[in-house]
Amino acid sequence: MNLWFWILVACALAYLTKLVGYFVPAKLLESPRIMHIAGTMTIGLLASLTIVNAVASGQGLVLDARIGALAAAAVALWLRAPFLVVVIVGAAAAALLRLLGWG
Amino acid sequence: MKLPDSPAVKVGLSISIATGFYGISFGALSVASGFDFWQTMALSLLLFSGGSQFAFIGVVAGGGSGVAAMTASALLGLRNGIYGMQINALLQPRGWRRYAAAQLTIDESTATASGQSDPDEQRRGFWTAGIGIFLLWNLFTAVGALAGDAMGDPKQWGLDGAAVAAFLGLLWPRLKGREPWAIAAACALATVLAVPFVPSGVPILVAALVAGVIGWFSHARKDEGLEPDIDPYAHPHRGKHKDAGTDHRSAE
Repeated sequence: MNLWFWILVACALAYLTKLVGYFVPAKLLESPRIMHIAGTMTIGLLASLTIVNAVASGQGLVLDARIGALAAAAVALWLRAPFLVVVIVGAAAAALLRLLGWG
Repeated sequence: MKLPDSPAVKVGLSISIATGFYGISFGALSVASGFDFWQTMALSLLLFSGGSQFAFIGVVAGGGSGVAAMTASALLGLRNGIYGMQINALLQPRGWRRYAAAQLTIDESTATASGQSDPDEQRRGFWTAGIGIFLLWNLFTAVGALAGDAMGDPKQWGLDGAAVAAFLGLLWPRLKGREPWAIAAACALATVLAVPFVPSGVPILVAALVAGVIGWFSHARKDEGLEPDIDPYAHPHRGKHKDAGTDHRSAE
């Protein structure tokens, strides 16, 4: 039930973060630097999560079917496919590569 | 004014459908990552911020600890605090509405409200998008979790590839201009370099630190487009159409 504990902590922090914006004086958060860091951190975390899920396996780096999913998803996004289509394309690419015996 | 005539309600409803529907992918990926049905639902009901939810399950799926998952999720949710400030300034909700509005403060509801100039429209847009996404996101999370449970081996269906695609799909709309690309590349590189040396989940926090340092030192630039807003009104390939139904902005 350790996982449950961290889930609930994450939920509480998520709500408190949202709520802070409603109670903290606007001046405090309005600093351009803080707004900018919130933007850069969002991009950095999403880029990191993308690459970790594509090439990390525990503490090792591997090239398997997931890298094919990354490439296929990039092409779908390039073609302006909606989010759900992008996700399905990623899954199909990984499944197909495995069916062909890679990764 | 009748509600269906309200542009903000129309945008709010179409973005609700577009966003809510891919709760399916969250539900399916969550159970494939080893979460049970109720843990999955707790994330959608209580955490309710797509990027943070995907981050939490993504870290655990990669073998990371609960505390690393929680930290990544909390850092990714920081921008919601800024959205809260914006919505508070626009809508000035009072009493219990303030606490309800806080839970519904995500990318899409904030963008729907801030895309309107009339205060009544801002209010309608925020609540329509917020409540609509909350209901549909949770409904489709449940559908995805139940479907995912019945699927058997997640790898056979390429669900690990779906997770990669989902994160890239959340990142993509934010890669406008040179600086976002540079930040994404630097953080991806930092992640790959960190993987062999630190426990699973920690490389993501290393990347967050890199992004924070870049943000701290590059904040003076005025030409960046890094304010954490998204724009559900933008339609790059169909002109200025006020319909967000086909938009694929991130769900947070």
